Amino acid sequence: MISKNKNKKHVPNPEEFKEELLKKYPLKVAKKRAKGILVNDPKDTGMEIQANVRTIPGIITQRGCTYAGCKGVILGPTRDVVNIVHGPIGCSFYAWLTRRNQTKPPTAQDPNYIPYSFSTDMQDSNIVFGGEKKLKDAIQDAWDLFKPRSIAVFSTCPIGLIGDDIHAVCREKKAELGINIFGFSCEGYKGVSQSAGHHIANNKIFSDVIGIDLTLPRAGKFVINMMGEYNIGGDSFALESYFEEMGVTLKATFSGNSTIESYESAHDVDLNIVMCHRSINYIAEMMEKKYGIPWFKVNFIGAQATAKSLRRIAEYFGDEEVMAKTEALIARELESVKAVANKVKPLVQGKTAMMFVGGSRAHHYQELFRELGIETIAAGYEFAHRDDYEGRRVIPDIKIDADSRNIEELKVVKDKVSFKDSLVEKKKALKDKNFEFENYEGMMPEMSKNSLVIDDISHWESELLIEKYKPDIFCAGIKEKYVVQKNGIPLKQLHSYDYGGPYAGFVGAINFYNEMERMLCTDIWKMIDAPWKNEPVCVGSVVEE
Amino acid sequence: MLLRHTKKASESIERKGLTINPAKTCQPVGAMYAALGVHGCLPHSHGSQGCCSYHRTALTRHYKEPVMAATSSFTEGSSVFGGQANLLQGLSNIYSIYEPDIVAIHSTCLSETIGDDLGQIVGKARVEGQIPEGKHAVYAATPSYVGSHVTGFSNMVKGIIDYFAYKTEEVKKQLNILPGWVEPSDMREIKRMLKMMKVKYVMLPDTSDVLDEPMTGKFKMFPEGGTTIPQMASMGDSIKTIALGEWCSKDSAIHLENKCKVPFHIADMPIGIKATDRFVQVVAKAFRISVPDSLTKERGRLVDAIVDMQQYLFGKRVALFGDPDQCISLTEFLVDMGMKPVYIVSGTPGKAFEKRMASILDKKVPEAKYMNGERADLFLLHQWIKDEGVDLIIGNTYGKYIARDENIPFLRFGFPILDRIGHSYFPTVGYMGGLRLLEKMLSLIMDHEDATVAEEKFELVM
Ligand code: SF4
Ligand code: SF4
Repeated sequence: MISKNKNKKHVPNPEEFKEELLKKYPLKVAKKRAKGILVNDPKDTGMEIQANVRTIPGIITQRGCTYAGCKGVILGPTRDVVNIVHGPIGCSFYAWLTRRNQTKPPTAQDPNYIPYSFSTDMQDSNIVFGGEKKLKDAIQDAWDLFKPRSIAVFSTCPIGLIGDDIHAVCREKKAELGINIFGFSCEGYKGVSQSAGHHIANNKIFSDVIGIDLTLPRAGKFVINMMGEYNIGGDSFALESYFEEMGVTLKATFSGNSTIESYESAHDVDLNIVMCHRSINYIAEMMEKKYGIPWFKVNFIGAQATAKSLRRIAEYFGDEEVMAKTEALIARELESVKAVANKVKPLVQGKTAMMFVGGSRAHHYQELFRELGIETIAAGYEFAHRDDYEGRRVIPDIKIDADSRNIEELKVVKDKVSFKDSLVEKKKALKDKNFEFENYEGMMPEMSKNSLVIDDISHWESELLIEKYKPDIFCAGIKEKYVVQKNGIPLKQLHSYDYGGPYAGFVGAINFYNEMERMLCTDIWKMIDAPWKNEPVCVGSVVEE
Repeated sequence: MLLRHTKKASESIERKGLTINPAKTCQPVGAMYAALGVHGCLPHSHGSQGCCSYHRTALTRHYKEPVMAATSSFTEGSSVFGGQANLLQGLSNIYSIYEPDIVAIHSTCLSETIGDDLGQIVGKARVEGQIPEGKHAVYAATPSYVGSHVTGFSNMVKGIIDYFAYKTEEVKKQLNILPGWVEPSDMREIKRMLKMMKVKYVMLPDTSDVLDEPMTGKFKMFPEGGTTIPQMASMGDSIKTIALGEWCSKDSAIHLENKCKVPFHIADMPIGIKATDRFVQVVAKAFRISVPDSLTKERGRLVDAIVDMQQYLFGKRVALFGDPDQCISLTEFLVDMGMKPVYIVSGTPGKAFEKRMASILDKKVPEAKYMNGERADLFLLHQWIKDEGVDLIIGNTYGKYIARDENIPFLRFGFPILDRIGHSYFPTVGYMGGLRLLEKMLSLIMDHEDATVAEEKFELVM
């Protein structure tokens, strides 16, 4: 239950807690899980967490599958492509509109297929005799009905096993129909989590979509792509307005409020900014190799983080006017942020939070909580890798195992036509002035000493955490939401935002502060016990009927 | 427009391979729901972890309640070599970490395509001790390329009965009630009616007190509700099985008859007046009792309310989508109220659908179009609506996109309902459920009229 006591609560000894946690597990499980649970020391750079490894069968996990990462996360928010899920009906059904990627086609005539779910609805006979014919028919149906600009095909689990060659089908129909048609071999079992699906999606978009349109003029004077921002609850809308005000042209967002059309010429930019490092760093890196476009990490969750990120973009361009506009924007917006922070902070500061979600939000949202004086005492990702915890410096040391080997590493070479040497020089000059690129320090250095870092947390682990640490708020996803709330602790969904948002940018910070006031100060939690709970039980009874 | 690419059916092509906006989902989610209605039972999804995550998510969003289930977490290796090792390890972990009495395993497309034999693996787990002494594991094959979520529900109920029900010498004067895939509120309501009739029963599954748990400040992994092991065991000795819904419950009833010689009766889901009448009569006959006045009075109140308000219902054109058992009873109810269910789709296959619809609709609503199975989807339904409009849409939450585009009142009914509450608390079965449906429909139709009618035609009294 929420404590009204603003003083620090009794905090268990984290090492003892870990021991108790592991005691419940059979020996083999305990041994494996032990490596994914750390008692943090931000100064100790030698700490290694086990991440991106298989979930142990039977463990109740938050994780989803490769297909979810590919179709659901990366391609889901793009509106002008018909996404056909090749498989039995369920996989397509569950990914239908459920991630809240908002989108805004400029006119009523512009395509928007996001409200649709397309599936080949494989039947028994298709599984036995193969589904390629049905897939071809489905692509033809989509063409006949909609005449879309492009069609994407996603394989789900059974497809890999029955041996349908979706890529051959895509090539054939592409040649026949004259539109871009591409396939993703993102069967759910391909990796240990959604993360593999991100990589598969990154690869295909990079090889089959980005840079295929060389006809368009440059989009503006200062042009960027925003990567790893999915417009949940309208996050991208908020950020788009800032760029516009700064005088920076946003060419494409991967993939909130986006179009395949914008990706086709997304190679013609000066900079890629990366929001969710986990899901999109592959494209950023490949684009740098192929086109020379530098990238750096940004974070728009938290007002201060937003200000810092916007400043860095302005500094990158080094244009007086852009910098002045940026400063004016920041000053104005921080003013409104401050007013709300002043109202909410006294109500909530000193409370504690836990967050277990995704591949970047469990880190980013700590910033917002910090702005309210709320400490994150335990955190972890659902599908991140070691670099998201420990920082990119550990990438060369990450062991490649059988599961990660599954996913193709594309061989990327310099593009003879579109590579920009000028950007390489620009980057070098800035680097000399200590401007950081390809940077991500990860979550652990920013968390306090003795906080807990837990990768791929299980149901049992979160139950014990709640029991022993009694946090004031817990952040996770829908599967955890009501479990935690039944314990009398509010849970904020950080995948779907509980149908609220935006939480990015300055307006997002304001929304989030207000949301915390609602969640942490509402009276309803105090009404869990009936007023007669502690009254003595009456002896004797009233006879029924 | 949200669904801006949907055009009239009359101007469209005939689709050959593409399902758009399905009116069904896959088997395992039904199996998971059924298993949650068993006390002390943890559902387990034998496949890759994505399916389990999706199914838990869908059920959680529908109920706004915890939905616990474990997974075999397949990786590429299991997909090549089979999932036996994963399931054995999974079972042993589940019993020691989460301590359920029963694990209800269902397969997925993946494990089915690989050819994993659940029976064989569970047998092995019993011999090798991954299933501890005194604990239980039931299973059902639930390949999603056959049938739909309804099929999965039916298969799991059958699997549970197969494992637990057995016949002893004793005959128990009780009925087996297979309620089919209805809401916790509906199960509660059916039980209330049975209690009014003073009938002893075992209901399987029973998700009341599981998926409508009160807030207590303490999460319970295994809530109070759910059919218990002794109850399930006793089903083999009951005098009769009443199976509600051909799709949901028929196979289980037949199986129970084969196994334990319990005779059965298949009844429609008790939605609306006539279907509830039939249910009540079947129960009364099986238990040799007369229907209590209190129930007759409830019926009378429903009929009275319809009489009072029929002018707002008569001739109203309705589009309906959902699961066959629900659609059949509801269509009958709509027709009985003088409404016109003109378009009906269900993604769940099964030949009986057309026959039943024909018998309800052919005379009364000859213009009605109905279809089930592959490509009987919301896209088709919407195309029909584009051809000629309706006054009311009934179906799960996905109908709201059509409703908004076409400005048509929309009644949420079925699975999943992702954007409103109420279905877990207020039943739609029985006479009281009929009253609730009636009240909801009227409010929607009349609110729409209030909001759109010309000012000079605006009415105070209705
Ligand atoms: S693979 Fe099969 S069981 Fe899994 S979500 Fe897809 S349709 Fe459902
Ligand atoms: S079948 Fe495979 S792709 Fe589909 S939801 Fe399940 S794990 Fe994911």
